[in-house]
Amino acid sequence: MNPEPAVPVSGPDAGAPISSSLVKPPILVVEDLRVTFQIHGAKALHAVDGVSFEVRAGETVGIVGESGSGKSVTSLAILGLLPARGVTVTGSIKLDGEQLLHRSERAMQDIRGRRIAMVFQDPMSSLNPVLTVGRQIGETIRRHQKIDRTKARIKAAELLDRVGIPEPMRRLGSYPHQLSGGMRQRVMIAIALATEPALLIADEPTTALDVTIQAQVLDLLRSLVSESDTALIMITHDLGVVAGMCNHVNVMYSGRIVETGQRYALFGSPRHHYTRGLLASVPRLDGSQDRLQPIPGSPSDTIPWSQGCAFSPRCPAVIDACLGSAPELVTSEINTRVRCVNPAPPTDAMWAPR
Amino acid sequence: MKLSRKAVLVMTEGDVEDMAEIAPSNSLGREGLRRIKRNPLAVVGGSVILFFILVAIFAPLLAPFDPRSTAWFDQIRPTLIPGPSGAHWFGLDAAGRDELSRIIYGARASLVIGVLSLLIGAFIGAMIGLLAGAFGGWVDSLVMRITDIMLSVPGLLLALSIAAVIGQSQTSIIVAVAVPNIPLFARLLRGSMLGERQKDYVASAESVGVRRRSLVMRHVFPNSLAPMLVQASLALSTAIIDASALSFLGLGSADPGVAEWGRMLTDTTRYLRVAPHLAIFPGVAIMITALGFNLFGEAVREALDPKLRR
Amino acid sequence: MVKFIVRRLLLLIPILFGLSLLLFIWVRALPGGPATALLGEKATPARIAEVNKSYGFDRPVLTQYLTYMKKVIHLDFGQSIALRRDVTDEILRRFPATISLAAAAMLFAVGIGVPLGLMAARRERTWFDFTAVTASLVGVSIPVFFLAQILKYIFALKFSLLPTIGRLTTTRHLEVHTRIEVIDSIIAWDGGALWDSIKHLILPGIALGTIPLAIIARITRASVLEVLNEDYVRTARAKGLRTRAISRGHVLRNALLPIVTVIGLQTGLLLSGAVLTEQVFTWNGMGSLLADGVIKKDYPVIQGGVMFLAVVFVLVNLLVDVLYAVIDPRIRVS
Repeated sequence: MNPEPAVPVSGPDAGAPISSSLVKPPILVVEDLRVTFQIHGAKALHAVDGVSFEVRAGETVGIVGESGSGKSVTSLAILGLLPARGVTVTGSIKLDGEQLLHRSERAMQDIRGRRIAMVFQDPMSSLNPVLTVGRQIGETIRRHQKIDRTKARIKAAELLDRVGIPEPMRRLGSYPHQLSGGMRQRVMIAIALATEPALLIADEPTTALDVTIQAQVLDLLRSLVSESDTALIMITHDLGVVAGMCNHVNVMYSGRIVETGQRYALFGSPRHHYTRGLLASVPRLDGSQDRLQPIPGSPSDTIPWSQGCAFSPRCPAVIDACLGSAPELVTSEINTRVRCVNPAPPTDAMWAPR
Repeated sequence: MKLSRKAVLVMTEGDVEDMAEIAPSNSLGREGLRRIKRNPLAVVGGSVILFFILVAIFAPLLAPFDPRSTAWFDQIRPTLIPGPSGAHWFGLDAAGRDELSRIIYGARASLVIGVLSLLIGAFIGAMIGLLAGAFGGWVDSLVMRITDIMLSVPGLLLALSIAAVIGQSQTSIIVAVAVPNIPLFARLLRGSMLGERQKDYVASAESVGVRRRSLVMRHVFPNSLAPMLVQASLALSTAIIDASALSFLGLGSADPGVAEWGRMLTDTTRYLRVAPHLAIFPGVAIMITALGFNLFGEAVREALDPKLRR
Repeated sequence: MVKFIVRRLLLLIPILFGLSLLLFIWVRALPGGPATALLGEKATPARIAEVNKSYGFDRPVLTQYLTYMKKVIHLDFGQSIALRRDVTDEILRRFPATISLAAAAMLFAVGIGVPLGLMAARRERTWFDFTAVTASLVGVSIPVFFLAQILKYIFALKFSLLPTIGRLTTTRHLEVHTRIEVIDSIIAWDGGALWDSIKHLILPGIALGTIPLAIIARITRASVLEVLNEDYVRTARAKGLRTRAISRGHVLRNALLPIVTVIGLQTGLLLSGAVLTEQVFTWNGMGSLLADGVIKKDYPVIQGGVMFLAVVFVLVNLLVDVLYAVIDPRIRVS
């Protein structure tokens, strides 16, 4: 996993958020996204609590966090795949300047799969077990492009070839259970890329795969994205994945972004204690670390943001000012943004990407 | 719902959803009980069952008349059997007996037959399933083949041929309804024990040296009980309906004075035009009782099924 | 596939042997043996000896069983005691009537149950769903023989809308081909007879079909709900497929597996479980043959009938397994 940054990150502007000097306008702009689950009789749950970020063409943006941090809900909200009942979504999600939020289901159906595509975590359960691979790729193509069955089939075979599946013509007739885990995820990627979307969201695309396959699938994603100038949102809990591919990283905790910045800046000098904790708990192969330091407690040890920093119950540097109200995102001297009232001091290369 | 063929076979009569995946641990405990209490289905079903049991127990106190007394036979004409009135709330039957008293006493017969046959069937079935599940090997194969044979005959048909041989009596019905339950419970327990044995906690218990017998008795068996409980509460409704079906066909007690709901419906067929009330009251009684057990069983299943816990 | 079917058919043989042995021993295990059962407790020893001799009950059980099985292999179930006719002939004469009744009932159950389950699933947790679920619980709680009588009372006795006895108006003449009246009347090209036979099927069909309907509706609802929560449905949505394409291509297809299983099982049950319905509607099928056999202790009829229906039951289940494999590629391979 050799990082190959698509955007140069040197210079003072490297981590600048919106006022960037980058030429390309953002494809996706998410502003103050809030997703609230209200299950009958229970207390409302703010799964996503005011999240803003943006993605440009050809750029890979990582959203990192533990399970329950709201990262997957964010991706489902972008695609409009959250259930209609018991869920409130507010804020703004703009694709090429068009508001996606509160569109009709029918209108969203034209966007899904065509302009935004998604790769899910578990390719076994995410592919329909009783339909052939060819049918599952073909129906996406035929849904969004007016071409006949034969042409769709040829196109599907080309896609399989592109994602590195041997004997693509023969594989079209295979059922998901006849493929290996890595092959299935390649098929998922083929489906996602079928209509050359402007934005691809990958939700933990390698978590369910064998470690040896993970690198292959990531390499595939990386090369496909750079070939086609597709924007990629990488949702993961695996910092290794983020470090290997993302230009920009958002760290989420309890529904909010707690730290965000360009990859080198953020990993070079993480300021939020949660980000530090995440990094310290990743095994290193170079021996620069004595022992793993897990973050104490679990994601359920949290307080509502309205009562202070949600991470404070687990934070090693908690001070009185952490409680009372939610900390704001503050721009740091190296242009990352940190939501912490008592951030860790800047360090040199605490954790360089592998 | 990944319904395996076997799981469906187990559910032959009555119920439908997935039993195989109903799982276990601490589900029999307080949490399960709390969920049952909160469920309106369970409250309604439970009340019906309780009412039915109370009526059965206190039948002599509740029944206005002797169910065998034909004191009002003089009111019966071939074209007229008096329906509900102030003196006889449910009317009279063709032999001039008080229908309400017979319905009340009928609850006794249904309760005794239903509960006994289920207990016998479930107990024997559970023992066999336990043997098969605990020993495996040839014991297991033998049990499976025999249950295969029994399950190749639909339950009511099996009950019918058993009752036919024993002859007309309540015992005959109890045995007949009990037998088809045996393979159901044997398979269910065996299946869930096998499933349970493959779970991680068994492997970890074995790895720390817990002896096999105590493992089966202390862990595997109790955790396999949850699906049994669900099956039992649903099977009770089937047992009551099947028992009344057998007595409807004339396989119950040879004594016509005995009040049995199914039997009361047999007598009715001839007088349907003249006295529809004779069909309605016993029929509704069976239906409500069966519904009570179904509602309750459904609630138990919901309480024990972790997939429904949200 | 062929291998699979042949293997399943071969499995039928031990099942049948076992079943016949169980039935045979069961009949002879009773105190006093079959003769007492036949003649009643008060029969004189002389009479019992006479019956034992004429039916061969006095010979060793094993010999009796072997003689019996030799005949069964040639599809000869012996003579009915009550009817004085070949059991095999009687079964073949009666079974078509049960087929038409079961078919009518299944048509009713599937035709209403599957759409009802679908609608309930689509409107999960609405009043419609709640009503459908409650109704199906009530449905499985109704004793068939009670429902049959109520239907008979309302539609026939009270309003004289539909016939309730037999399979065809007795005065109507119809040439017998298949003994399934609906088909026979089509062969005879007799519209009146067709309508008449259908009218005779309505009430018994509804009575017999209600429980399967309730069960099918529930399994359909549960299975569709289950599939709607599957990841691959989310994938289908993420691909931008139209709602209808998702329902047809992804949801229904996958939800069909348990539904097919239950339909098959219920069909098997109906073919044999029509005892009660046939009794109420005087429908001369397998059910009433068995019911009469049971009351009259006609052992050859009971043995033959139960074995025949067991074969039917197992065959229907085999058919379900084959269908299952057609729908689900995962099973096809293993």
